[in-house]
Amino acid sequence: MTAARGYLRYTAGKLGGAAVSLLAVLVTSFFLFRIIPGDPVKALTHGTPTTAGQLASLRRQFGLDEPLWRQFTEYCAKALTGDLGISYQFRAPVGELIAEKAPATLLLTGVAVLVYSAVGLWLGARSAWRHGGLGDRINTGVALTLWSVPSFWLGLLLIITFSVGIGPVPGLFPTGGMESGDATGLGYAIDVAHHMVLPVLTLVAVGYAQTLLVMRSSLLDEMGGDYLTTARAKGLRDAVVRRRHAVPNALLPTVTMIFINLGHVAAGSILVETVFSWPGVGGLFYQALSVPDLPLVQGLFMVFAGAMILMNLLADLVYPLLDPRVRR
Amino acid sequence: MVAEVPSRSRKPSRSCAVIALAAALAGVPQHSVRAADGGGAKVLTIAVSQSVDSLSPFLAQRLVSTTVHRLAYEYLTNYDARDGHTIPGLATGWKSSASKLTWTYAIRKNSRWSDGRRTTAHDAAWTFNKMMSDEKAATANGSFIANFRKVTAPDSRTLVIELKKPQATMTALDVPIVPKHIWEKVGDFSVFNNDQRYPIVGNGPFIITDFKVDRYLRLKANKHFWRGTPKFDELLLKFYKDGDAAVAALRKGEVSFVQGLVPAQAAALKKTAHIKVNDAPGRRFLALAVNPGARAKDGRTFGTGHKALLDPAVRKALFHAVDRETIVKTLLQDHAVEGAGYIPPRYRAYFWKPGPEQKRAYNPRKAATLLDRAGYRKNSDGRRVGKNGKPLTFRLLCHATDPADTKIGKYLYDAWRELGIETRMECRDNVSDPWLKGDYDLAFDGWSVNPDPDFVLAIHTCAALPATPRDTGSTDNFICDRKFDELYARQIAEYDPVKRAEVVKRMQSRLYDLGYMNILAYPNAVEAYRTDHIGSITTMPEAAGNLWGQDGYWSWWSAEPAAGHGGPGGSDGSDGSATEVVVGIGAVVAVVAVAGLLIALRRRVTADDRE
Repeated sequence: MTAARGYLRYTAGKLGGAAVSLLAVLVTSFFLFRIIPGDPVKALTHGTPTTAGQLASLRRQFGLDEPLWRQFTEYCAKALTGDLGISYQFRAPVGELIAEKAPATLLLTGVAVLVYSAVGLWLGARSAWRHGGLGDRINTGVALTLWSVPSFWLGLLLIITFSVGIGPVPGLFPTGGMESGDATGLGYAIDVAHHMVLPVLTLVAVGYAQTLLVMRSSLLDEMGGDYLTTARAKGLRDAVVRRRHAVPNALLPTVTMIFINLGHVAAGSILVETVFSWPGVGGLFYQALSVPDLPLVQGLFMVFAGAMILMNLLADLVYPLLDPRVRR
Repeated sequence: MVAEVPSRSRKPSRSCAVIALAAALAGVPQHSVRAADGGGAKVLTIAVSQSVDSLSPFLAQRLVSTTVHRLAYEYLTNYDARDGHTIPGLATGWKSSASKLTWTYAIRKNSRWSDGRRTTAHDAAWTFNKMMSDEKAATANGSFIANFRKVTAPDSRTLVIELKKPQATMTALDVPIVPKHIWEKVGDFSVFNNDQRYPIVGNGPFIITDFKVDRYLRLKANKHFWRGTPKFDELLLKFYKDGDAAVAALRKGEVSFVQGLVPAQAAALKKTAHIKVNDAPGRRFLALAVNPGARAKDGRTFGTGHKALLDPAVRKALFHAVDRETIVKTLLQDHAVEGAGYIPPRYRAYFWKPGPEQKRAYNPRKAATLLDRAGYRKNSDGRRVGKNGKPLTFRLLCHATDPADTKIGKYLYDAWRELGIETRMECRDNVSDPWLKGDYDLAFDGWSVNPDPDFVLAIHTCAALPATPRDTGSTDNFICDRKFDELYARQIAEYDPVKRAEVVKRMQSRLYDLGYMNILAYPNAVEAYRTDHIGSITTMPEAAGNLWGQDGYWSWWSAEPAAGHGGPGGSDGSDGSATEVVVGIGAVVAVVAVAGLLIALRRRVTADDRE
């Protein structure tokens, strides 16, 4: 009963903190992007015949002729009802634009995070278990090297090698995009998976090192534990000692990082999305910033920050389940 | 102490499964579904980088969107592919009244909307009237109707436009005419993007049949287009956000055409089989603007432009010290033409260049002499000193995202340093803030010029200045010169093309003499296409010109498939039968690997249970 009450109090505290953070994001996103240099109306009309009347009309349509305080109150009132406004450049509701692009990003970066978390956990555990050995040195060396490679550069290399083909290596994968045409059903799923291989490979290659290193270090801390000696003394196989006793105790820091990475999923990876022409929110954010398309950039910022807050909240709520000491 | 433990036997099943899955995916045909449903259709795939901002002709402002609209809707007039002169479009003829205030257009009988209805003058009148009565519908093309007083269609073949004052650009109204029976149902034009129902009813050479934001835009040939059916059955615009990836797609054959190539890409593609690089005179000029002292229409001045640049001798000296030939040959690697007058040479009717006496030719010695005579002598440090006694240092505003700006900026830094003048490069992602506030001394500038040059001339008139320092005008560089304005007023009212061209040349001469706009080069349009996909295609101008972003629809309307180019199956460059073999092998490997994985997992569970 006391444990349950403690968990409830803990949960309520975390929920309250998340709500305050979301409010702070709401306010920050309005003012933060108004500091960006640039006149949205001038940027949108640059290079096209535009009269002063047209410029004034656009300012009226965007509400930029209103005093800042009125723009802010209107923005808050709308945002609290879920209305993120109309994009200046795409003339569509921001919510719809994000909803249109988010699935592509969630699919790409979601798969990538899951794969590199799994790869990082697996390799990290193995490296720690045989730390100092050749395998460990190769594992960490390769991971750190790939981590320091710029993702756009690696992406381009993969395109040249595996999309166009070099020498005996045939061009097996598409050079970009998410789909080839108007396929449906299973054909569409296979087509999308085919397009995902290289961008996912890029994200995994440059991302798995974090999980590997955190897992390796946590497991190294656990490896001196008496409970492992006890487990071995009971005659358990080494792999079982590692899998059932050492790894679960080493998971806590890695879980934190995986949740933070899941929070990043919403933001996507602008560079990888650009190189592979992946139609996700990363590219949308870049386009929104370059105008600046204030409603769109504000909306995306809120979604990105909201996802991060939500994932941190989930991580906080999962901790006590993994380690009951946290809730005390 | 950490116990060293013996390694156990390796169980490669999971790795095998991952590798097998990748192998299976690698074998997926790259246009599997399109090849199946293509039915031998001839598809021309174009790589584009810009996102479509809107499919509504009333909102779209980006080049990619207006190019699509050129293909989907007829305009009143078009421009000849050979030299850009005005030719009939939806209008077969036109005449102006003696007062110059009324224009009457004869609308062609043989143009139909893709839903079968006939295109009439009522469609054109409704399009213009909508823009005149609803400011939201004037977002994209409002400048064309700003001088309209009244638009009527007395009958289905006649369109009458009455003007407030004479306007020579009436044969260059680049406004897509839309079907009234479709568009009159639209409520709020500011948020209607014309992207909900396909095919989109139009009357151009192609019909928009499908669009997914930043994925693809598909257009089908209009079999009933009055000028003739396009030779390709379909145009497919694929969105590539990275230029190198688009080039890779061209090399592989996934796309037939790419544009906006940088010199290194063009050089590499020139050596590639079945690819032709089109390095053609472009529509743009690249200039160096000098701040003439920012000011508003109310007479107030603002900004921080350097006072020394108001001295004609300083402006003249700066550009006598610049070798445009070096800029073109070395810095732009010959992908440009040396700059002269304001309008690029591809527009022959309006092209002007200074004579030998007028030209600010490369002559560093003359530049130094000019400065000496004007009283800007060197101090003991070798630096030119201004009238205020301080050494001259000019800020140069440049686009951080444009490598050409950076390269040319470094050259200018060296050239002017020789002259005794320091330059401070101020490169930014977004230059509009300092530009609008007049906080620059010199700045890189550039515009794409239309066949009718009115707009690029209008942006240097006093009328284009902001109303007050707090407002934004349509001015480019705060130039306000009485003589230039007088000439502008004459050209806009001159309906004789030859006489008007003469006035336009005089305007360029005046602009040149003022020294506030210095044309460095006319960058080429550098693009490439696969000759095994496209057999022939029309450039604009026909002799040597660009393909993407033409003033008409000639390139894509005229493009003919190469012999043996069999549509989407062929356009991706993949070998169907080989791909199927790889798919088969990949699938078998995947099945074997998954089966192995299941057996291994079962064995391990059993072993664990034993323990």
